[in-house]
Amino acid sequence: MDHFPTNWGRPRNDAFDAYGTYPIAQRPYNGPTTDAFSEGIQHTQQPIVTGTSVLAIKYKDGIMMSADNLASYGSLARFKDIQRLHPVGTNTVIGAGGDMSDFQYIQGLLDELMVEEFTQQDGHSLGPSEIHEYLSHVMYSRRSKMNPLWNSLIVGGFKDGKRFLSYVDLLGTTYSASTLATGYGSYIAQPLLRKAVEGNEDVITEDEAVRILEQSMKVLFYRDARSLNKYQIAKITADGVSVSESRSADTHWSFAEGIRGYGAQTQ
Amino acid sequence: MFRNTYDSDNTVFSPQGRLHQVEYALEAVKQGSAAVGLRSKTHSVLLALKRSTGELASYQQKMFRIDDHVGIAIAGLTSDARVLSNFMRQQAMSSKMAFNRPIPVNRLVSAIADKAQVNTQEYGRRPYGVGFLVIGQDKSGPHLYEFSPSGNSYEYYAMSIGARSQSAKTYLEKHYESFADCSLEDLIKHGLHALRETLQQDKDLNVNNTSIGIVGAPSMHENTTGVSFRMLEGETIKPFLDTMVPKDVPATAPAPAATADEDVQMTE
Repeated sequence: MDHFPTNWGRPRNDAFDAYGTYPIAQRPYNGPTTDAFSEGIQHTQQPIVTGTSVLAIKYKDGIMMSADNLASYGSLARFKDIQRLHPVGTNTVIGAGGDMSDFQYIQGLLDELMVEEFTQQDGHSLGPSEIHEYLSHVMYSRRSKMNPLWNSLIVGGFKDGKRFLSYVDLLGTTYSASTLATGYGSYIAQPLLRKAVEGNEDVITEDEAVRILEQSMKVLFYRDARSLNKYQIAKITADGVSVSESRSADTHWSFAEGIRGYGAQTQ
Repeated sequence: MFRNTYDSDNTVFSPQGRLHQVEYALEAVKQGSAAVGLRSKTHSVLLALKRSTGELASYQQKMFRIDDHVGIAIAGLTSDARVLSNFMRQQAMSSKMAFNRPIPVNRLVSAIADKAQVNTQEYGRRPYGVGFLVIGQDKSGPHLYEFSPSGNSYEYYAMSIGARSQSAKTYLEKHYESFADCSLEDLIKHGLHALRETLQQDKDLNVNNTSIGIVGAPSMHENTTGVSFRMLEGETIKPFLDTMVPKDVPATAPAPAATADEDVQMTE
């Protein structure tokens, strides 16, 4: 059933004009929306400017996440000052790997959502689980249009005394665990994180959590050719959200001298 | 009947700055049988008086479930209420789907109030002829709201709408300060007493003409464990009706009423 006789016999679109505030002549046209250019629209086939791994773990006081500051253009380290950890409201951080322009679009989407929620001024706010649910629908609906947002996202948060950590990717696939990693990190860092964290979620202190992530980020920098030794750490606790300044790990490359193919070619 | 110069179009103000059609719509709410709502720190309840058109007819439904955590009682045009309650259900479901969050009750009420407001401003429309009492529970606790065709919505400790609702309001105004700390049983008893005030002289509340809606932890008279909205009708409300204190009728028993005040006796 529809509330407006003028919309009867047409496909319904309550997402638009939910209150029927538009004059009849300006009501949305719900029919086919093709034009001369519709054949020429191409959907995303591959990511262009990409971010690599995001790591996240549960610890005693909440959630800690890390991601480096690199946005690559293919194998070129194109942008070296990109923040891939984005606070949403006061209880949530999302971290993104994959296409950075799609991530920026998602940031805009979520910021708009939070402004809408804020302007209600009724004491209700969207927490990490609501944001994750919303994102999973956005991601799944875009993949169903054969035009995915090319990201893997980690949503971490702390609200009402509860930690929240969950994953969603370009297919709309979701899962939760006490350690999560995207991209190359899901191969290289995830086993390290699991070994350090699983079973100890309620024991690990903030300092230990930082150390675990630093160690994994260092390993990733050694192993992942699309990574950068400049990363940020975000923590979400009962006190709210904080994203650190960029930092780097001590690395030693003297061993590399013995590797064929490293440095100037001598033969 | 009303007869005013500025009442043929709801978008035209009278020289006194009033919208007559909107005020007539408020009258439509008063044609419906009464509904009463009350709120404590832990519960919200609705009580409604159902009408039947005759011996052979069933009683008209007065209460609707919107979502697990929200229910409404209506007074006025039932057909308008069905359109609005359908809209409320859609809003509730869309919040559930998009965010996996039960919609905050105030937003649900604001949504229908916004719809009603449009009808008081746009040419070629008419206001809804129905008023709601909305109860619900969300993160900020139990709530009771009134919605009216003028596009207003307010939150209340206790409220009544519909025919002769002023009598119920008088009762509620006298007792509302005790509602916050009431048990569910006492809250419903107060509600039944208030609803009883709206009855005609020779009528009484019974299991057929009364509906009770509850959100919050179950009463000892219920066999449910949930805290979500539920409607009680028929025999299930008998234990609640039995808690009512019989009303003194001064006409038949003038002697004891002479000293005490003439209102309902609440001694217990």
